[in-house]
Amino acid sequence: MFWNQATETIDRGSLGALQLKRLQETVARVAGAVPFYRQAFTERGLTPAHIKSLSDARHLPFTTSADLRATYPTGLLAVPIDETLRLHTSSGTTGKPKALFFSARDVANAAELCARCFVMTGMTKKDIFQNMMTYGLFTGALVTHYGAEKLGCLVIPAGPGNSEKQLLLMQDFRSTTIHITPSYALYFATFLEKKGVDPRRDLAIRRAFVGAEPYTEETRCKIEQALGVRVFNSYGLSEMNGPGVAFECEHQHGMHLWEDNYLMEIVNPKTGEPLPDGQTGELVLTTLYREAMPLLRYRTRDITSIIAEPCACGRTHRRIDRITGRADDMLIVRGVNIYPQQIERVLMSLPAVGRNYQILLDGLDDMTVNVELAEAGFDGHVEHLTKLQADITDRLRAEILTKPKVHLVPPGTLPVSEGKAQRVIDRRSL
Amino acid sequence: MHPVKLIAVFAENQLGQMARITKKLADIHANIRWVTIVTSETLGVIKFLVDKPDLAYESLHAKGYTVSYIEILAIAVEDKPGGLNAVAECLARNNINVENASGFVSDNQAVLLIEVANAAAARATLANQSLRLLSEEEIFNL
Ligand SMILES: [Zn+2]
Repeated sequence: MFWNQATETIDRGSLGALQLKRLQETVARVAGAVPFYRQAFTERGLTPAHIKSLSDARHLPFTTSADLRATYPTGLLAVPIDETLRLHTSSGTTGKPKALFFSARDVANAAELCARCFVMTGMTKKDIFQNMMTYGLFTGALVTHYGAEKLGCLVIPAGPGNSEKQLLLMQDFRSTTIHITPSYALYFATFLEKKGVDPRRDLAIRRAFVGAEPYTEETRCKIEQALGVRVFNSYGLSEMNGPGVAFECEHQHGMHLWEDNYLMEIVNPKTGEPLPDGQTGELVLTTLYREAMPLLRYRTRDITSIIAEPCACGRTHRRIDRITGRADDMLIVRGVNIYPQQIERVLMSLPAVGRNYQILLDGLDDMTVNVELAEAGFDGHVEHLTKLQADITDRLRAEILTKPKVHLVPPGTLPVSEGKAQRVIDRRSL
Repeated sequence: MHPVKLIAVFAENQLGQMARITKKLADIHANIRWVTIVTSETLGVIKFLVDKPDLAYESLHAKGYTVSYIEILAIAVEDKPGGLNAVAECLARNNINVENASGFVSDNQAVLLIEVANAAAARATLANQSLRLLSEEEIFNL
């Protein structure tokens, strides 16, 4: 089954020609409209005319996460702001977030790519799509929401968390397809077990789109067994529209990346040197059909490799392997995106809290925050410690939308490391 | 007259810590007159009444323990039926809110140790009452 068979099975020669044409258009457009790129071209003595073949892309400047922050909020816009339709942000680990603009065409196109992905897994308009990702500034839920609507499915915008309600929706509306993070999927499976719900017997869910954080093949098997679904790996990032960049087809072996929309390269993450197909390195993407905010050679920080062999499904767009690592330090706990810096901000705003803390992720999706008390924060009364612990829990919950276990410890008892402290210990079995 | 104070130690693992802390106190020849462990979920505080509070505080602090003084009231209670009742009635009459209380008997003297929100104010209030507040010196000479 195809959503757009002509494009999805386009022969490699025509795909290359389309890519080159779109790359040349993109380069010419940013050279004219985006001072950031114009300056980078000037520094390299580069003009749009230098891009004569796809391999010339390697002469283009990289765009990094830091560049997106430095040009925040509108520095990389290639259209007047009143031509934009939607804003998403990707929250930063430090300081400013990254602002990502969509034009009307971009919104429609992101939905088109998601529709291709969904149909690729066998989904049809008869399916009922329960979207358990975070709605809001994060791209995860909204972009797929539009994609499933485009396909004509009933979409349930459940958002993450609140497992009782998720279950109720699944029971009452017979959801067939869910979109969820791997950690929340495992957590939810345990929740169903405790409730005595057998998803195969009691629920209609048969398919899960799982993404937004890297996970292993073992985790896929675990989710498939526990939830009675087929798990399709989903790859995307806010900087590239969010989900819908690459997705698994029914053969579930690597993710087809939509090469008519993205030019992909694998580079050595340290040197930036391009690597041949099959070698593992950092995925670098150039948008080929984005109107509001084209990005050249964006360093995704995601580690993968290109699978160039043709796929049995007939799609000619090459696949990328499962993401094996990521330089980004965002955590996803119970489907909610969390940056350690958010926790740090809350803790550091309390005078009774010391300087050292530790975030422990354990079991399926349990978060414990070990917090050192400030020397002056101790007055001998256990009641005051209990109250402080409860206060920290409430403040963290308000900030990160999930309730961690907070454990106050005496000052100087948490391990300290030279230089960058290891704040996060992830022992989840993902 | 010095007010009576406890040494409170923030302890994660109470029993293990207790062993190490009492060893430190033995090393400085501090005599423990009374001890209690207060816990709440994972939190624990060990409170000691020792005869060398300042030395105990200093040496525990120097060893990296999180220590605090807690000023308390030590009230002499007649060691006979109705003795504690008289004290309780007096505290109630004077609106003194007791946060924690415990007692011990040494020879013929019963002592009630109470923690209140503001020990100095409570002491002033009780000054003209029939209760006898013990000083640090007195309590260690019992
Ligand atoms: Zn395929």
